[in-house]
Amino acid sequence: MTIPSVPPECYLVLSGILFTIGVIGALTRRNAIVVFMCIEMMLNAVNISFITLSRFLQSLDGVLFAFFVIAVAAAEAAVGLAIFVMIYRSRETINVDEINLLKW
Amino acid sequence: MAENIVTIFQWLIFLGVAFGSIVASLLVITRKNPIHSALFLVLTFLCVSVLYLLLYQQFMFIIQIFVYAGAIVMLIVFVLMLLDLEEELRSGLKLYYSKVIGSMLAVLFLFGIIFSVVAKSPTGKVGSYTPDKVSGNVKAVGEMLFTQYLFPFEIVSVLLVAAIVGAVILSKKRT
Repeated sequence: MTIPSVPPECYLVLSGILFTIGVIGALTRRNAIVVFMCIEMMLNAVNISFITLSRFLQSLDGVLFAFFVIAVAAAEAAVGLAIFVMIYRSRETINVDEINLLKW
Repeated sequence: MAENIVTIFQWLIFLGVAFGSIVASLLVITRKNPIHSALFLVLTFLCVSVLYLLLYQQFMFIIQIFVYAGAIVMLIVFVLMLLDLEEELRSGLKLYYSKVIGSMLAVLFLFGIIFSVVAKSPTGKVGSYTPDKVSGNVKAVGEMLFTQYLFPFEIVSVLLVAAIVGAVILSKKRT
């Protein structure tokens, strides 16, 4: 009797759960940096599903896509955190409820 | 028999890492101190990187630890230390209707994902990169990156330069 190996569905469901936790965090937290961390978590969950599918379809496109996602996340981290520092310097807060200058 | 033992270990590692990442990510969104959130974020990223190892992608494992757990979280912690963030600690988490409704919609979305994953197993054109071929070396990834994906690679390099320049300009003091 052989035990079946971990099916792709498990990885995809885990990726969905992590993505949902990230969405809930980004919706409920008010600290802009924690919202940013939740967005990074969502990007990571998407990477899991890319790499899972590329493993089970035996292709490398998903891996390279995840590579580009990580590169864009790094660029986003640099610019986003610089924006947070600038907002804090001018408004003394990074609470996302109070930053409503661009609200129509 | 040896095959069975390998599979059992794979299942054990998968279950442990999946449980660990879910608990760590729940802690990220519930801790009130942002520094604690950042440290649990590192734990989440490490658990996810072990998943990449289970999927025979050592290259992504290394990149994940270097870039996410190393660079990005270090940057986040650094900025958190620079800013004085006592307000959320004092005011605590407030729940509005909009947040509850949004979270419920997100959970509904999760059920949609689970249904679509379980209902039909992933199909598509199966390529030639079997686990034996890609595990243990990054030659296949590098070859594909520098031939088929050369143009996106160049664009990403331009994007990174633009991000560095943008970050420097944004954080410079206005004169």
